[in-house]
Parts: sequence; structure tokens; C-alpha cells
Amino acid sequence: MKTALIACGALAREVLALREKHQWNAEVLATPALLHNSPFRIPAAVLERIREARQRFEQVVVVYGDCGTGGQLDALLEAEGVKRIRGPHCYEMYADSIFDELMEKEPGTFFLTDFLVRHFDQLVIKELGLDRFPELREDYFANYTRAVYLSQRADPELLVRAQQAAERLNLPLEVQPVGYGALESRLLELINP
Amino acid sequence: MSEELDITQLETPELLETMHDCLYDGMAEDVVAGVNELLRRGLSPYETLTQGLVAGMDIVGIDFRDGILFVPEVLMAAKAMKAGMAILRPLLAETGAPSIGTMVIGTVKGDIHDIGKNLVTMMMEGAGFKVIDLGINNDADRFIQAVREHQTDILGMSALLTTTMPYMKVVIQALKDAGLRDKVIVLVGGAPVNSRFAEAIQADAYCRDASVAVETAKKLMLEKRIQVTVG
Repeated sequence: MKTALIACGALAREVLALREKHQWNAEVLATPALLHNSPFRIPAAVLERIREARQRFEQVVVVYGDCGTGGQLDALLEAEGVKRIRGPHCYEMYADSIFDELMEKEPGTFFLTDFLVRHFDQLVIKELGLDRFPELREDYFANYTRAVYLSQRADPELLVRAQQAAERLNLPLEVQPVGYGALESRLLELINP
Repeated sequence: MSEELDITQLETPELLETMHDCLYDGMAEDVVAGVNELLRRGLSPYETLTQGLVAGMDIVGIDFRDGILFVPEVLMAAKAMKAGMAILRPLLAETGAPSIGTMVIGTVKGDIHDIGKNLVTMMMEGAGFKVIDLGINNDADRFIQAVREHQTDILGMSALLTTTMPYMKVVIQALKDAGLRDKVIVLVGGAPVNSRFAEAIQADAYCRDASVAVETAKKLMLEKRIQVTVG
């Protein structure tokens, strides 16, 4: 049975890696990660992908968290009869069992992932306007107390970039080599039930 | 305002329009200069606030809603308004400017994201509400204590995270347990929040942005007063 994995762009590369690792008979259809800046647009973008996927695939799985849609994505998926990986967002999926502990210990935790480290300049610096208005740094980040890098792959270059990102935010960096965490285990539940 | 422009030479309507432009462009120093000039001309602090700053931020709010402006530009405009407010706030207190209600506001437990909350605070103050800002990461006890202490008309709660927004329901239940729910209007907001969620947790309204928060607060305050009068 061929499966369409409709994935957030922020997870697509990792989902492709998991597909290779587990030899899933699946194709990854991505949606732009930038939709997170206006989460109300996510359900419509996912629906478009679902319609497209139904033409060619026997099974459709959505690889998104709730991602700030306030339950609207789940309402749509319920109406469409499509399954979604469990979890509120990718940080929780990656951190899995340690997520609550990390947040309880320090609510002001700014998470980095491999994806965010790779695209930090575009997604954080440019999208938040910090390249044009560096004085906004305090407005955005004054309440953060640390950056936690939930790393997927042990890549020294990404580690250096994570350190640079944390320095630009003026936050101490902690590294948690969590790998794919529950992204992997929860996808396995859906694809190989 | 460009360096060549002498604002003292502008007619007041033109000066107001120029101030709105400066606010829109996030030019804090020029907004401060405009506020001082309006006060020098004898406008009251309240008139300066409403005609100079709030009217300008309303334009910013509309363009944000319409997708013309984005968060960074809105924040720069808010910084400019904040600079103007810093001059006006003590004067407004001295001159006994009208207060149309009291609001307690904060982000909920576990949530440290206060950009939206800060915008709402500023716009509510601009609209004439007395606002008690509890800051970030507030548990139910702190909200309840503040509602009691300040005889609050409105409680505003904000959350940015899917994982923290359910705590709003905990606070509303605590209000009920304390016998305060019927006495206070509850407004909720934040990126993952929507009307359906607000209804589910029995808040009075969801507010999409700061401008909507002000309009909703005014409307519900009026309804509350009518109910009190009729009742």
C-alpha cells in the first residue's frame, strides 16, 4: 500500500530520512515551513495536499503537530478521515519524554532543531525583522533564558551553527541529542500499525 | 519627520497626520517630538493620546490585519507609541483622564510569550482602560488575587503555545470556584487560540489582535453596564 506523507517543510528532510531507514513505500509531499508564521493558513494548505494525494495514494498520513492551529487542523482531518502523527508540535515530538521536564524547568526555552539551525537566518533573523530592526531582539527574546538544541544528527557543522544562533539571541546553549525521538516511533505506529 | 521639517510650522491637523506617519514608520523620537508639540499647543494629554497616538495605531492595526504590515513593523510602531505614552501617562494620571474600566492581563502559566499581550496592554491603555499587567507565566491564584484586589472588569489571558493554552480553562474554573466568574469579562488571545476554543472554555470572547481586543472590551463593557442598569 503506497502512502502519502504530507509533511511540514520543517520536517520533510527528516521524514525522508526515516522513509529510507525503514524502507517505507511512501512519498513525502511537503508544505512550506513558513506557514507557521500564519498558522491559520496551515489547514487549507494541508487540505490541498490531501486532495492531491488522494488521486495517487491509497493511504494518507499528515506529519504535522497542531502547530498553533488551535485544533482547526484536527477538525479538518477528522472531517477528511485522515490520520495525523500525535503531538502538539515538532519540539515535543523530538524531545518526547523529556519535553515536559524541559519546559517545567525553564518555560523560557527557545528550541532549535536541525532544520531551524540550517535556516536560522531566514526563519528567525529575517522573518522576525531582526536584520532590519536589531533593536527588536529584546522584544522577542527578553523572556527566554536558554536555547536548547534538539539535534537530529550528530553533525559538527550544525553544532557550530547552533552555537552561533544561540549567541545571536544572547542565550546559553544546551544540546540534547534526541535524534528523531517520537517523530520516528509515532510514525512507525501509523505506517506499520 | 525629516530633519528639514519644522513641526512647529504645521497646522494641527497636518501635524497629527505627520505623527500618524511617524508612528507607522516606527520613528519614536519624532513621535515624542509630536507629542510635546501638541501639548505645547494646549491639547490635553487625553486629546494628544487619542488623536495623535491611538488614531495612528489604529491605521497600523488595520494594515496588519490586511496583511500590508507584518509583526516587525507593528512592533516598531508600538515602540514609538510606547515612547509617546511615557510622556503622557503621568500627565493623564494628573489630569484625571476618564477610565472606562479596569483590566487585569497576563500570559498563562508556562508561557513567556508576551508580545501580543504587551500590544493589547498598550492599546487598552490608549483606549482609556486602567490596565494591571501581571506579566508572564501566571498561575490561576495570581490571576484570581489580582481580579479581587483591583475590582477588575476584564481579565485578559494570552498564550502562544498549543501546550499552554489549555491552562486558560483552569483559570476560568478557578474564577467560578471563587465566585468571580459572573463579575468579570474574560477575553482570550494568542496565535493558537480561536473562537471555538474560547467558546469551549467558556471565555466571553476571543480577540484576534489588539484592535479587536479594544473593540470587544468596549462592547462587552457597555453590555455589562446595560445589564447592571436594567437588572
